[in-house]
Amino acid sequence: MADSKTVEIRIKRQLTPDGPSRRETFRVPLRPGLNIIGALMMIAENPVTAEGRQTVPVSYDANCLEEVCGSCAMVINGKVHMACSALIERLDQPIRLEPMSRFPVVRDLQVDRSRLFRDLQRVKAWIPIDGTYDLGPGPRMSQREQEAAYHFARCISCGSCLEVCPQYNDQTQFVGAAVLGQVRLFNSHPTGQMNAPERLEALLGPGGIHECGYAQNCVEICPKDIPLTQAISEVGGQVMRHVLLGFLRK
Amino acid sequence: MANPRVIVVGGGLAGLMATIRVAEMGVPVDVFSIVPVKRSHSVCAQGGINAAKNLKGEGDSTWKHFDDTIFGGDFLANQPPVKDMAEAAPGIIDMLDRMGVMFNRTSEGLLDFRLFGGTLYHRTAFAGATTGQQLLYALDEQVRRFEAEGKVRKFEHWEFLSAVLDSSHACRGICAMDLHSMEVHAFPADAVIIATGGIGAIFGKSTNSVTCTGSAQGALYQQGAYYANGEFVQVHPTAIPGEDKLRLMSESARGEGGRVWVPRDGKKWYFLEEWYPKYGNLVPRDIATRAIHKVVYEMGLGVEGHPAVYLDLTEIDPKVLDLKLGGILEIYEKFVGVDPRQQPMKVFPGMHYTMGGLWVDYRHMTNLPGLLAAGECEYQYHGANRLGANALLSCIFAGRVSGATAVEYLRNVSNGADAVPSSVFDQEKLRQQELNEKVLEGKGGENPYTIWREMGQWMTEHVTVIRYNEKLKKCDEKMVELLERSRRINLSDQSRWSNQTLAFTRELSNMLQLARVITQGALARNESRGAHYKPEYPDRDDQNWLKTTKAFFAPDVDEPRFVYEPVDTSLIPLRERKY
Repeated sequence: MADSKTVEIRIKRQLTPDGPSRRETFRVPLRPGLNIIGALMMIAENPVTAEGRQTVPVSYDANCLEEVCGSCAMVINGKVHMACSALIERLDQPIRLEPMSRFPVVRDLQVDRSRLFRDLQRVKAWIPIDGTYDLGPGPRMSQREQEAAYHFARCISCGSCLEVCPQYNDQTQFVGAAVLGQVRLFNSHPTGQMNAPERLEALLGPGGIHECGYAQNCVEICPKDIPLTQAISEVGGQVMRHVLLGFLRK
Repeated sequence: MANPRVIVVGGGLAGLMATIRVAEMGVPVDVFSIVPVKRSHSVCAQGGINAAKNLKGEGDSTWKHFDDTIFGGDFLANQPPVKDMAEAAPGIIDMLDRMGVMFNRTSEGLLDFRLFGGTLYHRTAFAGATTGQQLLYALDEQVRRFEAEGKVRKFEHWEFLSAVLDSSHACRGICAMDLHSMEVHAFPADAVIIATGGIGAIFGKSTNSVTCTGSAQGALYQQGAYYANGEFVQVHPTAIPGEDKLRLMSESARGEGGRVWVPRDGKKWYFLEEWYPKYGNLVPRDIATRAIHKVVYEMGLGVEGHPAVYLDLTEIDPKVLDLKLGGILEIYEKFVGVDPRQQPMKVFPGMHYTMGGLWVDYRHMTNLPGLLAAGECEYQYHGANRLGANALLSCIFAGRVSGATAVEYLRNVSNGADAVPSSVFDQEKLRQQELNEKVLEGKGGENPYTIWREMGQWMTEHVTVIRYNEKLKKCDEKMVELLERSRRINLSDQSRWSNQTLAFTRELSNMLQLARVITQGALARNESRGAHYKPEYPDRDDQNWLKTTKAFFAPDVDEPRFVYEPVDTSLIPLRERKY
């Protein structure tokens, strides 16, 4: 190899969900455009530590490598980031990789984010269509509405916003910003708004929107630049009106 | 039958649409997916979905969509199912719209449509440049609703290993592996729908996601399923080369006015516009890809001496770009570090899609009763070359048809999976467990990732854009060598928890078997048609090759055998494909 430059990567490893964790250091050749996934692929092919000790490949979640599937979020140099779009040349070295801390570790850099999908179910994040058979066109929508909603529709469920949220951990049931963004999306859709009360109701109990501490870390970290705090304040207002209206009707 | 149940393998567009259709008909569904279904490869589709809704006053029609698709596929697709798909497309767009897909709108609040390759009509509905993502999410949400109602169970982080076949070769369920515990289980079902997507990993680097290995198709082919038209592989003209993968730069960039050029004699040479004045930058993908190859390799005009051409969006208003192409501009910016609004992008062709796949009949049943296939993993709709924005459509259409067929099948089959002796399931489970043990205990010093890289390099070099018989023969010999070596792998990781190397090694042998199907299929087909191009046989040969390739596995010799069946061209007469 003409270019013998290498980069040092320190990885927090844990072989089982309950097992002890340890750190291993690797050196991989630096190539132009190399990202964290590329480096992990090289380690998988040659799992030898910087000290020359044989080890096992590092487990991690990844799929599209285009920052659209949401799989490969991990903590890179202390900050959550998608591993595919984390280009090595732009990172301080040595590079430190750790699994996300707010979710149970499966192995190494793999974590279990199923809670996020369960919470989407909890708030009924869908349009309740009558069926898939031919019922004619959907509702009309202005360009302005579409543009605003599209931002929220691009959420990749990576969990980055949850990783940086002070209110989201295994002690709380807080649904977090990603799910609130989806409530905003469905509650503003012409058909989805018919079921808005059900979604708001789900946000009244434990883990609901009142648990948000307005730290605003979510909107800073979102890899898709989704206006999450805007969603939180809009949905907060909807919940307030929903409670008030319910109170007045009693 | 007591408790009918359908298994769907794969949670992309085809799998989720099939799931919805089956659940809607009142039959419970188990969905198996390597990744959480919301993370399936369908999210990567960018440009849009075709439907001749004719909302631009151009006189478009479903017949024209049908004709463009058949012509674009160089007459290799059976015509009746393609006609059905084109006719169903406008209704599919309406369904997606009702599900809440944030399609781009016109000023009147109607759906907007854009131009795409291989047509002269604005026929492509789109949601920014992340249409696949938006469609997948809509279906994911509907499936989540059925899940909440207890009609769908999801098995995420599970990998399909094989079909469970009874003594008459009917499919009675599947064997799958929990990718965390690495345990193998057999699951009974009255019908199984395979929707496992593409095969990009066989070519090493491609625009596909990591999970698109074709392993399920490879396993089923070795169990007796026919694999059709494997030699037809689409190389997308505009991808961004990378260390870990090739990233797609959507055709919609050209649909919205992007122009392809290279510097020549100090000037911008728009070679596609010059060579194809009618369609310009929007000629079908196989043609654009070969043109770029010619400009780079034969004429030596690659940008700065590299294998690259410019894809130029800088003449377009940046506000329009953000609205219609935001998602793909972001990918280029993030991964290349250059703003495509300011500077032309550097792109090069990359393996993108397989037109071939599991053989199915018009109702999506494979040759194994009870086993169906839908989506990119089957061969039905695209002939010798797929038109842009027809993939999302074919996935959803095939998912819908296969779901209905599965329910019809299980209502008519004389005895259900519950009547099958448990030994049938136990035997297949044992066979799969033994295969795992063999991999874990393997010795011989071979490395699965090294073998994979070699396979990818050979397949990309010899079995993509330009094919020579001599090299195809050598490539097949190489695959035999790699298969041999793959039996001498020793795993660096022998653990029994989330062992990704074990799962990968299992996939690798299935990939190698499919690689031989593709290579030998290409070797046999002495003509040029659509994406299959042989300089030694530069013309389409309808007399000898207007037929579907069907490969089947011969276990005694451990290699493919081929039969051919005629193509149904009953609706549109053959004509020369010229753009």
